[in-house]
Amino acid sequence: MAKVLIKDLNKKYDDVHAVRNVNLEIRDREFVVLVGPSGCGKTTTLRMVAGLEDITSGEISIDGRVVNDLAPMDRDIAMVFQNYALYPHMSVQDNMAFGLKMRKFERADIERRVRQAAEILGIQALLARKPRQLSGGQRQRVALGRAIVRNPRVFLFDEPLSNLDAALRVQMRVELKRLHERLETTAIYVTHDQIEAMTLGDRVVVMKDGVVQQEGAPLTLYQRPANRFVASFIGSPAMNFVDVNISGDGLWAEAQGLRLQVPQRMRSLGGQRLTLGVRPEALRLANGADEHGFATTVDVLEPLGNEILLNFRAGGVQMVARVDPGVRVKAHESVRLALDPQRLHFFDPKTEAAI
Amino acid sequence: MFAAKRSRILEREDALAFWLLFPTLVLLTLFIAYPFVRGVWLSLTDATVGEAGHFIGLRNFQRIFDDSIFRTAALNTFVYTGVTTVFKLALGLWLALLLNRHFRGKSWVRAFILLPFIIPTVLSTLAWKWMFDPTFSVFNWLFWKLSIISSRINWLGDPDLAMTSISIVNIWRGVPFYAISLLAGLQTINPDLHEAAAIDGANRWHRFWYVTWPLLLPVTMVVVLFSVIQTFADFQLVYVLTGGGPANATQLFATYAYQIGIGTGLLSEGAAISLAMFPALLLVVVFQLWYIRRVENR
Amino acid sequence: MIEGAKWKKWLWFYLPLGAFVLALLFPFYWMAVTTVRPDGELYRPWNHPLYSPFWTAHPTFDHIKNLLQETLFNQWMWNTMLIAAAATLISLVCGVFAGYALARLKFRYAGLLGTAIFITYLVPQTLLFIPLADIIREYRLGDTPWALILTYPTFLIPFCTWLMMGYFKTIPKELEECARIDGAARWQAMVYIIFPIAVPGILSAGIFAFTLSWNEFIYALVFLSSPEQKTVPVGVVSELIRGDVFFWGPLMAGALIGSIPVAIVYSFFVEYYVTGMTGSVKG
Repeated sequence: MAKVLIKDLNKKYDDVHAVRNVNLEIRDREFVVLVGPSGCGKTTTLRMVAGLEDITSGEISIDGRVVNDLAPMDRDIAMVFQNYALYPHMSVQDNMAFGLKMRKFERADIERRVRQAAEILGIQALLARKPRQLSGGQRQRVALGRAIVRNPRVFLFDEPLSNLDAALRVQMRVELKRLHERLETTAIYVTHDQIEAMTLGDRVVVMKDGVVQQEGAPLTLYQRPANRFVASFIGSPAMNFVDVNISGDGLWAEAQGLRLQVPQRMRSLGGQRLTLGVRPEALRLANGADEHGFATTVDVLEPLGNEILLNFRAGGVQMVARVDPGVRVKAHESVRLALDPQRLHFFDPKTEAAI
Repeated sequence: MFAAKRSRILEREDALAFWLLFPTLVLLTLFIAYPFVRGVWLSLTDATVGEAGHFIGLRNFQRIFDDSIFRTAALNTFVYTGVTTVFKLALGLWLALLLNRHFRGKSWVRAFILLPFIIPTVLSTLAWKWMFDPTFSVFNWLFWKLSIISSRINWLGDPDLAMTSISIVNIWRGVPFYAISLLAGLQTINPDLHEAAAIDGANRWHRFWYVTWPLLLPVTMVVVLFSVIQTFADFQLVYVLTGGGPANATQLFATYAYQIGIGTGLLSEGAAISLAMFPALLLVVVFQLWYIRRVENR
Repeated sequence: MIEGAKWKKWLWFYLPLGAFVLALLFPFYWMAVTTVRPDGELYRPWNHPLYSPFWTAHPTFDHIKNLLQETLFNQWMWNTMLIAAAATLISLVCGVFAGYALARLKFRYAGLLGTAIFITYLVPQTLLFIPLADIIREYRLGDTPWALILTYPTFLIPFCTWLMMGYFKTIPKELEECARIDGAARWQAMVYIIFPIAVPGILSAGIFAFTLSWNEFIYALVFLSSPEQKTVPVGVVSELIRGDVFFWGPLMAGALIGSIPVAIVYSFFVEYYVTGMTGSVKG
């Protein structure tokens, strides 16, 4: 249990500026997720917290103590790697006991801790086996066990679920969340999967090109994205974007074949050219009562069972809408789609910031 | 509980690296770098065993270049290296291709054919010397029985034949090394490529020349690099088989350096002869390294 | 593989393969036969009517007995074993450490040192033996096993380093990182985690180094003078020939028995040896 403070953190590799002025305050017991596309600097940031990479400039402190110059083993942290990094020549028991042995714990103490951690994760039966005899999910648990056993101040996770198949991933997500609630240890979790970010994080930090784009509770990021990148990154399928012209009186957003009413709070933007964003789930098939909507032709239907994705063109761009599975639509059929103007997002076309 | 920040010198990568490399660097400096420098110095003096010698510039080199035996040794070394390398490569490659198939007893065969390379050279060369002995040679017996010859072949005593006999032994010893190394290289070539080529209409020869050979080139160049250096600097074979004779017909750089430097005690001249190897070796090494770089980056 | 008619297979495959195997192994057979062939038969000229090269009707152990009892052969075997073992040990320690440093650690002169070590591998012993002889004499190491135990690593270490480098590179970096987070210092991660995993590579390097030590000749020839100090290759060549007379029986016995230790080590670890040899070529 500890606070982690990241101040003005920078990392340069030769001429690549991988992490730029990252500032983050992680509260005690918080589960913070760093998310973003490959190369966004999230893993580098994590590794700097772990002490596996040197810090170019800035400060990292754990529980008020600056750890910039501390070796990884002195930071009282534990890390779970994407490839589990289990020591292949040792049994599961020895894998979990290794860290404690290195720190010269008493034998009885080590055995007790290993047993406890094994119970929490349900791997007691595997203690004598070697890593190569375990399945992917079991290895993941051992990696977790190895981290738990040390009772560290902070847990670090480097895309731990990426190597698991889809079904297992969903299951482990739930288990991780349960584990966090039980252990109440501060955790920093890195992933490229925004679903993991949304489901696991108390707070989510979206990064791109080494810069923090936005941080906040998952729902905040979803409902009020700070810029176009965050809006497109969070939520799947991604938000639809189209460039629009706001009519002189500020009432209408217009694009090719599209004319949508601008919500109340945005009506001072008359005459501007903006980027409009609307999530697929905000669109529905219009019924007679809907007044906010537009007409279009369905290109391709993607029936997923629990919903149907409609691919269509509007305002000159390809878009996607998510509708109920019961809807009866056919490809190349003309439809009318409706939306709630309150769920429209507007972005500055140049800065991409939300308005 | 934070561990006390003890001064961990070995935590720093460069400190740990230094200490890990330290024994190696000490040994290599003491017994390679230093002797090399000393050898250069020695070759520029007139030292002999017992006498320290004075600086005489390049006179040793002048002397040896005027020495007809040295010139013979130089020519021998180049020809010997060139010819045996070609044969070792051709035969080694053939053997590697043969071994690349599956057949019963394959692992046994593979293990046994490395023996010429494993067994100490001097010992197996002694067996060859015995087989070449003009009076008792089993080859003479064989050729006589096959009516190829009627009088004896003096394998090692005939100045025109001796170098060839030595080359045969060198090839015999080197083929397994080439074969096994090239076999390993062959096994890294994706068999799908051959099948695709076959479907495309390539016959056996085309498949080899256009698919196998280019992909094998990097391994081949490395094997040839090692082999050329070893052969160029070869000593054991000639020493055991002919001692440099008959009448210095089979001298190589190494054996002549030994004869002059250790045999007659003219250390400085011996050193000069040894060093005469260096420019050629350097050229070969640089060329092959450049070629390997080029092949790797293609 | 596109298969042809049966006879084609014999012509293009079995025949050449058989020829190769025969050619490569015949000298050893010859060695063995000569060892047990009595002197009377041994010294029959090639065109003698009773010349029977491929077997002997009266095998004898006289030559072997002669070798083991009348000469210093046993002493040579012991010397060579000792020198090979010690040199291999030194080279392995140096090579494993150096290989790890070059493969895993980032430091300023890494590239330069790697190249330097590679280059020393290409400097042959026959280039250095004359000045080295001088140096050995100066350090008073002449005619002792130490002359070889300290100089053999010069051609063994570069090879071991190179082999281990390639091997270490195949071990995922995360293992050390995890160990260091768990509480191990860098050197502890190296010793407790990486080295145990690298044992197959270490074995390969060790076995290859062992056979290379046995094979060395010129340093042993030049640095050792007393018959008791000699190694097997030098002893067999220099001490078993009196003047111009070659005692082929004991000579071949010496060659045969002298080959046995290396052959035994090799036979138990063929895979490791091949890995060692091809690893250096592919890496």
